[in-house]
Amino acid sequence: MTVTSVEKDFDSLSLTLVAAFDAPIERVWQLWADPRQLERWWGPPSHPATVEKHHLAAGGEVTYIMTGPAGEKSGGWWRVTAVDPPRSLEFTDGFANQDGTPNAKTPTTAVQMRLTEQDGGTRMELRFTFESSEHMEQLERWGAFEVFPQSVGQMDALLAADMNTGGTRGNRTARRTL
Amino acid sequence: MGWRLPLTYNQMVVGGLTGKEVDRLFHALADTTRRDILHRCIQGEPSVSRLADVYPMSFAAVQKHVAVLERAGLVTKERRGREQLVRTDRDAVGRARRILDELEAAWRGRVDRMADLLAQIPQPEKNKPSMGHD
Repeated sequence: MTVTSVEKDFDSLSLTLVAAFDAPIERVWQLWADPRQLERWWGPPSHPATVEKHHLAAGGEVTYIMTGPAGEKSGGWWRVTAVDPPRSLEFTDGFANQDGTPNAKTPTTAVQMRLTEQDGGTRMELRFTFESSEHMEQLERWGAFEVFPQSVGQMDALLAADMNTGGTRGNRTARRTL
Repeated sequence: MGWRLPLTYNQMVVGGLTGKEVDRLFHALADTTRRDILHRCIQGEPSVSRLADVYPMSFAAVQKHVAVLERAGLVTKERRGREQLVRTDRDAVGRARRILDELEAAWRGRVDRMADLLAQIPQPEKNKPSMGHD
């Protein structure tokens, strides 16, 4: 499994996820630092992402649009708070208005990403922090999680595909063509 | 009501609860006074002394009922000044759990796609720019 541990803290409303990749740290960093690679994993297959602005520097911004199956578009942005290539990235993730500007009325989530070398590969630690339960409720109301069940579906498809390297089994149709 | 009761009950885990937790839940809800207390806690945040005024029983007896509800995870007590406020925490906890679960699922999907990309994008050569594609 790529994901090695998940810890949820219901009191502080935070989630910490640790993953291990069989790739050098620079390669894993590029998944975040290269907008063309970022858009290939950010959105689930049903809601592919297009990254527009991508400036990984303290105070810099990343903006993206996700397009749903019926052509519906939803925008999001990151405000980068700290970056130390290829080791760490911290940003605030939020929603955008139709014109792509940050929507001040919607809540945000703080994301801390850390990479370390481990066993010849790379360990990635992600920590997400919500501000309050009202905040989470708001996120839910704004539909932040509606696209997520599809990610689970894709995860299953990937797992099935991984277990059968021949690729004859497993639902590969859900995946975007690379 | 705001919460869902497990419909079936066996030795195994039911609705995410262990057999012991289900026992406590059923025991807590088996009493009319406790169900009434719970109902009041859903509407607002009564103090233990205000609850004691409502029922024809002693403060200590009401406190015991609240303790049973508390052990079942249905209410929490919070001290505010000299008052002890009782409130249902269940929806909040349930919601937090659901949302964190969904966030986890989303990121598991993302991490798997990352692993997939790492496997498919060839390692950039040292003398080439690191853009693997396009």
